[in-house]
Amino acid sequence: MEEFIENFYEILDDTERHEINQNTDFKNLDEWDSMTTLMFIAMVDEKYEKQMTGKDIEEGTTLEQLYHSIQSK
Amino acid sequence: MKKGPPWSNCTIAYNLNNMTDGVLKVSNVQISGSVSCVPKTKIANSENPLFNSSEEAMKFIEMTGVEEKRHLESGVLVSDLCYEAAELLIKKLAWDKEEIGVLIMVTQTPDYLIPNTAIILQNRLGLSKNSACFDIPLGCSGFVYGASVISSMLTSQGFKKGLLLVGDSSSLLAHKEDKTLSPLFGDAGCATAFEFKKGKNIQFKLWTDGAGYQSIIIPDGGYRNRFSEKSLEVIEDVDGSKRTKVNPKMNGTDVFSFGITQVPRVLKSFLQQIDKEASDIDYFFFHQANKFMLEMIRKKLKLETSQVPYSIVKFGNTSSASIPLTLSLIGDEAKNKKIAMCGFGVGLSMGCGYFELGDEFMNELIEYEGQ
Repeated sequence: MEEFIENFYEILDDTERHEINQNTDFKNLDEWDSMTTLMFIAMVDEKYEKQMTGKDIEEGTTLEQLYHSIQSK
Repeated sequence: MKKGPPWSNCTIAYNLNNMTDGVLKVSNVQISGSVSCVPKTKIANSENPLFNSSEEAMKFIEMTGVEEKRHLESGVLVSDLCYEAAELLIKKLAWDKEEIGVLIMVTQTPDYLIPNTAIILQNRLGLSKNSACFDIPLGCSGFVYGASVISSMLTSQGFKKGLLLVGDSSSLLAHKEDKTLSPLFGDAGCATAFEFKKGKNIQFKLWTDGAGYQSIIIPDGGYRNRFSEKSLEVIEDVDGSKRTKVNPKMNGTDVFSFGITQVPRVLKSFLQQIDKEASDIDYFFFHQANKFMLEMIRKKLKLETSQVPYSIVKFGNTSSASIPLTLSLIGDEAKNKKIAMCGFGVGLSMGCGYFELGDEFMNELIEYEGQ
């Protein structure tokens, strides 16, 4: 989980590390938009070799939920 | 004796042995030349009023790669671009129009809903009435599909020569205030010449996933959702993008996810099936979807940057025209080269192809001069 949060942090430009943890509502981050969504999908594909869909992201609220969504694939 | 159906005496001309493991090998057909035609009007995304700030514009450019693209001038259709490209191609190859037996137009933006644009172009180009002319309404994968159909028709020697026209007027299709599609799409029309030639082969792999049909869709105007007054109501997304139900809507997340996972997988298996190493191939021409996505695909396939030319930076995403348009940018450098291509997108649909170009291959990019 910690590694996933680190990987998530890597795709962000303007968010401080202390602002994100497993309970972060990622869609409420200032810089979360269509571009960061694509960066996130690319990161998951590269690091976890899993294919995330728009629906997976839509259904998640916290980073923990995203992590579990990846794990369940 | 029991009488068979009326077609039982017909010979099946298509050689089913050519289909092995989903790879279609078409023998004795070569690609002799290609001309791409773009409008003169340039639209720069850095000055696109659609973006709220220059930072927003730069972010879009950084992600998609689209610095500028070409838009059709008022009253011009993609069939006009294809017509000009076809006339120049026929002239440069010194083809006799009477020998052109097939004309296929791949487009999702036809002149009319009925009849097919290829039929109108048969008359406009002065081709023989003994020619087969029809449209294929595919988008991003359309060039590869069109190439597979036209070359399959030529392999039996029934026709000597064929013209494949591809392109869309995507700038007219997307809603002007759609922040995803409007700054992405450019217009182009291309003509590619195919002919019967002993010893030359083209190989294809075609792929479809209809479960993703809603990923890129124009919801209204067909027979599922008939056109009505409601079709023209403007709908606004959370990001401020606007469109009606007769404009295309793209789920960018799903298309991106499909592109970076399925494209490398299918292309890799195609190369294995035709016994080619990526390093043996001089150029890979991909549908110009989005530069960030293409770079991911390139890296996953371990291709050198020099193997993967782009047209998206100066011409945007040009739908079915993007493969021949990108090919046109390398000019005579394409002669005697081994080429792989992959078109993918709306459908979801994908087509991969492999062919070798000869010394006589003519390759040109022109701007539309008008009538």
